[in-house]
Amino acid sequence: MECRGVTYRLPSGTALVSDLNLTVARGETLILLGRSGSGKTTTLKLINRLLEPSEGKIIVSGRPASAWDPIQLRRGIGYVIQDAGLFPHWSVEKNVALVPRLEHWAEERIEARVKEMLELVGLPAGEFASRHPSELSGGQRQRVGVARALASDPPILLMDEPFGALDAVTRAELQREFRALASRLGKTIVFVTHDVREAIFLGTRIALLAQGRLVGVYSPKEFLRATEPEVRAFAESLHSGRGDEEAR
Amino acid sequence: MNWYDFLLRNRGEVVGRITEHVELVSAAMAIALVVGLPLGVALARRRALQRWVLGAANVVQTIPSLALFGFLIPVPWIGGVGASTAIVALALYALLPILRNTCTGIDGVDAAIIESARGMGMTPRQMLWQVELPLAAPVLLAGIRVATAMSIGITTIAAAIGAGGLGVFIFRGVAMVNNQVILAGAIPAALLAVLADSALGLVQRRLAAR
Repeated sequence: MECRGVTYRLPSGTALVSDLNLTVARGETLILLGRSGSGKTTTLKLINRLLEPSEGKIIVSGRPASAWDPIQLRRGIGYVIQDAGLFPHWSVEKNVALVPRLEHWAEERIEARVKEMLELVGLPAGEFASRHPSELSGGQRQRVGVARALASDPPILLMDEPFGALDAVTRAELQREFRALASRLGKTIVFVTHDVREAIFLGTRIALLAQGRLVGVYSPKEFLRATEPEVRAFAESLHSGRGDEEAR
Repeated sequence: MNWYDFLLRNRGEVVGRITEHVELVSAAMAIALVVGLPLGVALARRRALQRWVLGAANVVQTIPSLALFGFLIPVPWIGGVGASTAIVALALYALLPILRNTCTGIDGVDAAIIESARGMGMTPRQMLWQVELPLAAPVLLAGIRVATAMSIGITTIAAAIGAGGLGVFIFRGVAMVNNQVILAGAIPAALLAVLADSALGLVQRRLAAR
């Protein structure tokens, strides 16, 4: 997956993302890190064509995103957002089965897949499949969100602050599990966060954005040693002992 | 003579008038739903357009019903004295609550749910039928409920232009200066309204409980 000279402007002319060049290697977890309004979420939405770039090109699985049918493109890309965005009127089973059903899988195959996905995220299907999202805790909802995104086995996963709304303990738990899951499944993951700890813990590489521009791409080790002021600002927030709770 | 003595003695006509009344309301509601629901869906998430159309529907709502019935009589095709004119006027009144609640209901669906539905690759049609309409259903039904109760009330005035219904008793009673005859029209109409409202309320609660 690749962004080449991608710019996104609002109709008013304000650029939310400017001249972004970025390559995501197969199987890596690329973190998009930045402050609020730095263009992280916009970049993510450009990848699955929830937004269309004003300039530049995005390549997904070797093909320009603009050449894909947007519906097919999105079904091939898992998408997890903060608070999961589960459908409250559907059971966990129906939520997880969303994309397989849209893709007209056979019912037995869907049933098996839902079970497998729920087990994968640590929710026994027998206990959770028939529940509704309102009967789950925040952490459980987020797990279902991940299961739903993985259900059709897409090669790419986009995650927009998936753990942002969770309490610190649950978040740490999900981060640990997610890291293990990511290395086991070998998915290409683009992960948006403003939490530098999360970025260092989960990222293969970290792309830092500021005001819609790419500051640089670093491995977690490089990130801690880098000298750019914006990187220092993030690295220092790590040492000052305050996480993102107070910053938010 | 009591109002229910009157009802009992004129059983045949009373049942006929109730039937007429229900027919007028049903026809008007059917038209308002067929026009209002798709229009409401089309207007949802289009704030600017919504303001204009809801504004127009609001203006219709401010026209006194007797005047609206009168205005429509000379209009070709739909006009004239009788049921069809009444049905058009009633449908115009019922349109606003249906339209407004369809818009509000769909606009009120959580943006995160819509975003994830789009992001997972649902088509606009799939989103509408599987996500937006089911989640908007309780609000939508509240609009239908208001429109129905209102229509049952306004339909009593439709008797003034010869459309029949329970209003016939009310106007007759006024002319005869006979309160019992007025009540023979007003009480069944009120009961109809209460009945329809509680039935729809039941459906609404059931939908909201899901």
